[in-house]
Amino acid sequence: MRFARLVWVVTVKDLRAELRTKEAINASLGFALVILILFSFAFERSIEGVREISGGLLWIVFAFAGTLILNRSFARELPNDCLDALIAAPIPGSALFLGKAFANFVLVLAVELVSLPIFGIFYNVQWTQQLPELMLVLLLGTWGLTVIGTIFSALTVNIRLREVMLPMLTYPIMVPALLGAMQLTSALVAGTPIGPDTSSWLKMLIGFDLIYTAVSLVLVETVLVG
Amino acid sequence: MNAVAVDGVWKFYGDFPALRNIRLEAPEGGCLALIGRNGAGKTTLLRTIAGFSRPGKGRIEIFGKEPRDIQARRRMGYIGHGISVYDELSALENLTLYGKLYSLPDPHRAALEWLERTGLARVAHGLVREFSRGMRQRLAVARAFLHEPSVLLLDEPFTALDDRAIAVLQSLLRDGLAQGKTIVMSTHQLREALELATHVALLNRGQVAFLGPCTPEMVSDPGYVYARYGEGG
Amino acid sequence: MRDKILYGIGAIALAIIVRNLLVMTTLPEEAQQGAIFKIIFFHVPVAMTAMMCAAAALIASVLFLITRNFKYDSLAVSVTEVGLAFLAANLVTGSIWGRVIWGVWWVWDARLTSALICWLLYAGYLMLRHAIEEPTQRATFAAVFSIFAFIDVPIVFFSIKWWRTQHPQPVFWGGGSFPPDWFAVFMWNWLAMVLLGILLTAVRLRQENAQREIDSLRRMAHAL
Repeated sequence: MRFARLVWVVTVKDLRAELRTKEAINASLGFALVILILFSFAFERSIEGVREISGGLLWIVFAFAGTLILNRSFARELPNDCLDALIAAPIPGSALFLGKAFANFVLVLAVELVSLPIFGIFYNVQWTQQLPELMLVLLLGTWGLTVIGTIFSALTVNIRLREVMLPMLTYPIMVPALLGAMQLTSALVAGTPIGPDTSSWLKMLIGFDLIYTAVSLVLVETVLVG
Repeated sequence: MNAVAVDGVWKFYGDFPALRNIRLEAPEGGCLALIGRNGAGKTTLLRTIAGFSRPGKGRIEIFGKEPRDIQARRRMGYIGHGISVYDELSALENLTLYGKLYSLPDPHRAALEWLERTGLARVAHGLVREFSRGMRQRLAVARAFLHEPSVLLLDEPFTALDDRAIAVLQSLLRDGLAQGKTIVMSTHQLREALELATHVALLNRGQVAFLGPCTPEMVSDPGYVYARYGEGG
Repeated sequence: MRDKILYGIGAIALAIIVRNLLVMTTLPEEAQQGAIFKIIFFHVPVAMTAMMCAAAALIASVLFLITRNFKYDSLAVSVTEVGLAFLAANLVTGSIWGRVIWGVWWVWDARLTSALICWLLYAGYLMLRHAIEEPTQRATFAAVFSIFAFIDVPIVFFSIKWWRTQHPQPVFWGGGSFPPDWFAVFMWNWLAMVLLGILLTAVRLRQENAQREIDSLRRMAHAL
């Protein structure tokens, strides 16, 4: 399918460019590390205490470090006016958006997968007890963050104070998804599988992802061309 | 059918009209030179024709289709102020990327061919950030011509080009016109542009002050159009 | 809107509020919380009015994207600012209420927390507008964000309410029914708040349109 191929071309382009310079991913990993260290100064380190806040802590790390990558997403098209060429190319705006969103997803997920073991080591927490379900929550939560972050990256690419505006706009919108992801992650790190209590959070995450992916796909042309 | 038709186009920034009731055409195989002083609206007009922003009023058609139509975009090539190639990728990777975005049957081969034609075959695998300015400009030209567009929209293409790049571009434009391509080109370099132009449009404060065929008088005395139809109004 | 109509609306709103205040002092005090419970007559109506403003902002934003007519953009920003003010009133009355009953200036009660998030959302809308100079781009992007924000409002309320049922905190008001005379005062106050909202929006709208005209005249003057 041509659409899928075009999405793939954009994703590969973004990943290749990023992996060659590694600017955003290094900054993001470094930032994640710093936050993990700083938080360890802030909290009493009883195992139960950390397990309770693990979801909150991890998703704050993921959201903050992820923003560094999401910001670059459309900002990398500014030098040399590459964004013009992408908009002029005969690809649907939705293909451009999905291509970039997938590339961001991979990069942010990579930072998260590196942060998890570091978290486990620093805080002496075993987080692998419900590993498949934890990975599911990671994928769903990260996709929500990525979708919102990518569309707002397009929205803020040409405006003043871009680096400040992106988090300011993204985090309030993300509150429900982050809340859900935090609740689920805390429970899963503590070893409780997803049950009737927490399955609603899972459904909410899936709903959030679906709704905002659809809204972004509909509005992306307006954001790119006006 | 005209290759490019602009009919009654207004472009507003807020309430300020940057383009006012623009009406012009570029017939297929013709070369329309857009001249006018800075701020007249040449860049705005070209970008609106290319589909980067929507006009407030009026219609634009490229071979009878809207600029944002996928088929229209496939047949259009645009060179703006930036080179629109990625510093972190090599020349070959850049052109192959655009080849794939334009769904060319063999992007790799087309890329190699155009690197050859713009004298960049030697540095095909070099990263663009290591290129000299002239090399970057020639790559930009290759990028715009790669998918064999039928309509070329060029915003001051000769500005800041070195001699080699100017020669490459002029030769490609001449060949293109001979093949029936249509060119709409804004310019300050009147001499180079008017040698290629078949038609001339003078823009003043967002309006078309003069539209007509390019005459030998214009080529021998480029300032003539400005003097006769330009400032004052 | 013409001046006379605006004065009329303002007078009616003022009259309703004054009358309600008098009536409120005659109503019996609530069993558990005492006199402070009557703050509910303002705390909840301003929130309801703020939500109406959010809905109006959504409609105005969508209409702008469809018609590209700037009067809808002016309406969107005016009604969002007014809604933000009403939401702030909700947060402040909530804070005062909490201080009186429980001695703390803030509680993470479900509705108050949701109101705070919504306040941040729409404050973000205004920040976005300030960051964009060019009017058409500003109107378009603000409209897009307004759509994203409005969709989030119900999701925020639902998810925070769910969170709070899992980790309960004291609630201001369970949501039981009012006796009829209380209900009447409540509804009249809501009407007064809505009229006030219309008045403020109209004033802000007038100012926004004047500002737009000045900006475009300035641009034209520069171009000469």
